[in-house]
Amino acid sequence: MTGLVVGPAVPEAFLFLVATLLLGVGAFLPERRAAEVMTPVAVIVLLVTAMLVMAVGPGRAFAFGGHFVHDGFAAFLKVVALVVAAGAVLVAPGWFADERTARFEYPILALFSALGMLMMVSANSLLALYMAVELHSLPLYVMAAIKRDSLRASEAGLKYFVLGALASGLLLYGASLVYGFTGTLMFDELARAHAGAGAAPLPLGALVGLIFLVAGFAFKLAAVPFHMWTPDVYEGAPTPVVAFVAAAPKLAAVGLALRVLHEPFGAFADEWRQVIVLVALGSMILGAFAAIGQTNLKRLMAYSTIGHVGYAFVGLAAGTATGVQGVLVYMAIYAVMTLGTFACILMMRRQGRYVEAIDDLAGLSRTDPLMALALALLMFSLAGIPPLAGFFAKLYVFLAAVEAGLVWLAVVGVLTSVVGAFYYLRIVKLMYFDEPAEAFDRLRRPELQLVAAASAAFVALFLLWPTPLLSAAEAAARVLVGS
Amino acid sequence: MLHLLLVFSPLLGSAVAGLFGRLVGARAAQLVTVVAMGVSAVCAVLGLRYVGTEPFTVPVFTWAVVDGFQVEWALRVDSLSAVMMFVVAGISFLIHVYSMGYMAEDPGIPRFFSYLSFFTFAMLMLVTSDNLIQLYFGWEGVGVASYLLIGFWYTRASACAAAIKAFVVNRVGDFGLALGIATIYFVFDSVRFDDIFAAAPELAGSRIAVFGAEFDTLTLVALLLFVGAIGKSAQLPLHTWLPDAMEGPTPVSALIHAATMVTAGVFLVARFSPLFEYTPTALAVVTLIGAATAFFAASVGPAQNDIKRVIAYSTCSQLGYMFAAAGVGAYAVAIFHLFTHAFFKALLFLGAGSVIHALHHEQDLWRMGGLRRKMPVTYATMWIGTLALVGFPLTAGYFSKDAILEATWVSHHAFAGLAFWLLLVSAVLTAFYSGRLMFLAFHGTPRVPELAEHAHESPPVMTVPLLVLAVGALVAGYAGLSMIDPESGFWGAAILTRPDNEVLEAMHGVPALVKWSPTLAMIVGLALAWLFYVRAPELPERLAAAFRPVHRFLVRKWYFDEIYDALFVRPAFTLARALWRGVDLGLIDRFGPDGVAAATLAATRRVVRLQTGYLYHYAFAMLVGVVALVSWYLVVVRP
Repeated sequence: MTGLVVGPAVPEAFLFLVATLLLGVGAFLPERRAAEVMTPVAVIVLLVTAMLVMAVGPGRAFAFGGHFVHDGFAAFLKVVALVVAAGAVLVAPGWFADERTARFEYPILALFSALGMLMMVSANSLLALYMAVELHSLPLYVMAAIKRDSLRASEAGLKYFVLGALASGLLLYGASLVYGFTGTLMFDELARAHAGAGAAPLPLGALVGLIFLVAGFAFKLAAVPFHMWTPDVYEGAPTPVVAFVAAAPKLAAVGLALRVLHEPFGAFADEWRQVIVLVALGSMILGAFAAIGQTNLKRLMAYSTIGHVGYAFVGLAAGTATGVQGVLVYMAIYAVMTLGTFACILMMRRQGRYVEAIDDLAGLSRTDPLMALALALLMFSLAGIPPLAGFFAKLYVFLAAVEAGLVWLAVVGVLTSVVGAFYYLRIVKLMYFDEPAEAFDRLRRPELQLVAAASAAFVALFLLWPTPLLSAAEAAARVLVGS
Repeated sequence: MLHLLLVFSPLLGSAVAGLFGRLVGARAAQLVTVVAMGVSAVCAVLGLRYVGTEPFTVPVFTWAVVDGFQVEWALRVDSLSAVMMFVVAGISFLIHVYSMGYMAEDPGIPRFFSYLSFFTFAMLMLVTSDNLIQLYFGWEGVGVASYLLIGFWYTRASACAAAIKAFVVNRVGDFGLALGIATIYFVFDSVRFDDIFAAAPELAGSRIAVFGAEFDTLTLVALLLFVGAIGKSAQLPLHTWLPDAMEGPTPVSALIHAATMVTAGVFLVARFSPLFEYTPTALAVVTLIGAATAFFAASVGPAQNDIKRVIAYSTCSQLGYMFAAAGVGAYAVAIFHLFTHAFFKALLFLGAGSVIHALHHEQDLWRMGGLRRKMPVTYATMWIGTLALVGFPLTAGYFSKDAILEATWVSHHAFAGLAFWLLLVSAVLTAFYSGRLMFLAFHGTPRVPELAEHAHESPPVMTVPLLVLAVGALVAGYAGLSMIDPESGFWGAAILTRPDNEVLEAMHGVPALVKWSPTLAMIVGLALAWLFYVRAPELPERLAAAFRPVHRFLVRKWYFDEIYDALFVRPAFTLARALWRGVDLGLIDRFGPDGVAAATLAATRRVVRLQTGYLYHYAFAMLVGVVALVSWYLVVVRP
């Protein structure tokens, strides 16, 4: 395992090289031309990378001296994250063009962030973990602040960056504690040290370190009480950036959390379960209640994210293979629903200006019935109403929690999703039963329509053909937890 | 095939008129239902050839299979159902035709005909059912149709109230029927008539424990079924809905509340004769209720002034006759009276409808009078109906009513003797109120000249059904005489009478005085009516004044409505209001939906305030969070 083996990391290497190359190319192209060309190229690159990931295969292989691991679990998350990231990049240029901030760097930053995500799910040591998190975060800070002449966007970017730095600090401190008390950075060795019956309990210092690590993940995932950045950033940052931040990085962060908690610390599930349960509880409750008071659609989606992360944590708390499978399915479905919703939000332009208030959707069913239908499907799915995909997502995590004996947690989850249903359904009610507001501009943006329609179709038709996602997630989960 | 066509063509007509009535127009909807009903009626006439043959079933399809429980849709054809089909389809067709004239100016024609045809379908389903579940379907179906048609003029508050009353009172009876069906399934492990009837003899005398008390199994079952019959056939004490049901259009009263639906209870008892035969207790109850109702309704009849209400109480009373006959073991006689009654009572109602139509919806007898010259056909046919009702020799009622009185005379069942005398007195009263109705409406001089002035004979579309029914009222008794002839084998296996039940045979040996007693009663009643309302019109006033309490008692219909109102309706409203204001609004809403919503909003406001927008607050929250989590572990998990 020593030496610089790159084999399993070919997709990452490809992405890195191409992104670097594009940066150079972009600098020499005329500015407007570069911005126009770069988006489709980036989308293609992301999709090609996804194909490369699939080509590498699901076998477990190591690279970079064991700091990098590729297996079925990583492959699943990488493919989903890349596809979702591609979708988020695809919907961006229209908005930027309208706001006169089109820059060729944006898609390239997204590529680098995606590279960080790939590294996150493949990290096999605390060192790789930290580097991957930073690699995926830094471009996000820049993207959030890319609209430099906007006060709100700059504020959002700055808040994101400062709090992100704090979270990185917590993460790094946790990593150092773990290293200090166990003497190793490598996940495999950590796992081996505590495997088998009668193994030594986790040193207290390492446990504190683990809590710091979880705090770092929770920040990335926007879980309570590390969620505070989310509403401000979602509201302030450019909508396409939010669409990117809200979907793909969550997959990577969840993958990272799953791997860290199950591989090196898998033997201590009873220890870390409590912190996960607390975080899950806080996120579900806050996500449900705080969202009711919102009038801004993007801010509402921020609380929606918080709530959904809470539900995913319910599956994580189970600590079983079905729990992991539930989390993977949940996050995949969540990412699609969120992306679709943001595609709809990006269509909310009225007389050349983008609007974000919930009330702006009033009577949409009469001014744009197709968009209203798509958004209604997504809202119903986010609320978890059968037979849409969002229902099954919740079903699997709650089922896993019940099987693991966490019935009360599942009950709380069901109750908060009832509260949460209120604000999703209010949007549907607004669209279908209220007096129509002024119609939105007729945008000729097939990419937005494609993403919105594809997401809506996915949530609506998931019931008919759920096997591919379910079995892929199951296989991925089995890699992590074993049978 | 014949029977499928018979039963389902009204449904088809109903569906077309109901679903596409607006599309095809009133005229077409009317035509479709009448034609469909005509087809059904022709089939019913053809179906009479199955009378007396071996019973058989026409399977339609399997309705439900749950474990061992299986229900089929199947039409049972035997003498009983053939007679019922003939009555239902035949009279329904005539009334459909009549309604074309009566409802001509109504804006809701497609709806009316759709309901009417749907009723006919449900009634046919009821009488042809092969098992209890299907019977219950028909039973509830006619109930719904009755409700819809009583409240047909739904803009009238009184019609809506009457519809609700009919529905609620019927629920009481239907609940009994449902319990009976459940008990039968529990005891017999089947809902098919054949299985039940085959097993009934073995269960005679067995006991069943209910809530710690022991009952005779068959008696319990029979009485529960009879509770259903009481509700549907408006017997004491569930009769109160029938007079109010006259709020519906008159053809509805004729079809549903006189000729067919209300007789479903009698049909039920006859259909379950194989069960009732083994339970003398239940039969005694049937006799008592029937005779009591016959007397009660006949006593109220003379005190009513609404032409339709008089006939409604008459129906109630005649149904009592039928139950009394069934109760003494003469099921055949009960069905015979059902058969003849259908003709003359439908005739009377349609005649009354013709009068009401002519007088522009005037129903008060005291505002009529002297109509015989204005409406000769109505006048003549109504007299025929009246004579049939009171039992004038050789008319339909003469044969059937005589038979009932004879049966009660010869029977050795409990209460048979009491029933005879009650029914005989009722016969006098029947003749009296029927005569009163005819004299007040058609004889003498118009009491309200301007109303009578514009009266006119109804169009042929209305008078032809009257004439057809008049023929029926004249000949149905003679034509159906073989129904009560024990030698004829008319009923085949459809009605079971035990070997020791020899009522039908014994009826031929009654004394002459008994045989002629109904005729005497008729003469007395009609003579009294003539005396009171033609010869000496001041007499009723004086009598009423002299016997004021009795008169009031009769006018108020024995105070049944008042008692029910005080006993059930008011307490129910009080309870409902208390539950609504106290429990629903005060407890459930306050702490349930409203309380939860308010608490949620309060929580939301508090949570939203956490989000200050200050960076250092956010960082502080993160640090507090991580400290709290670490403390949790250091203090609680690993102290």
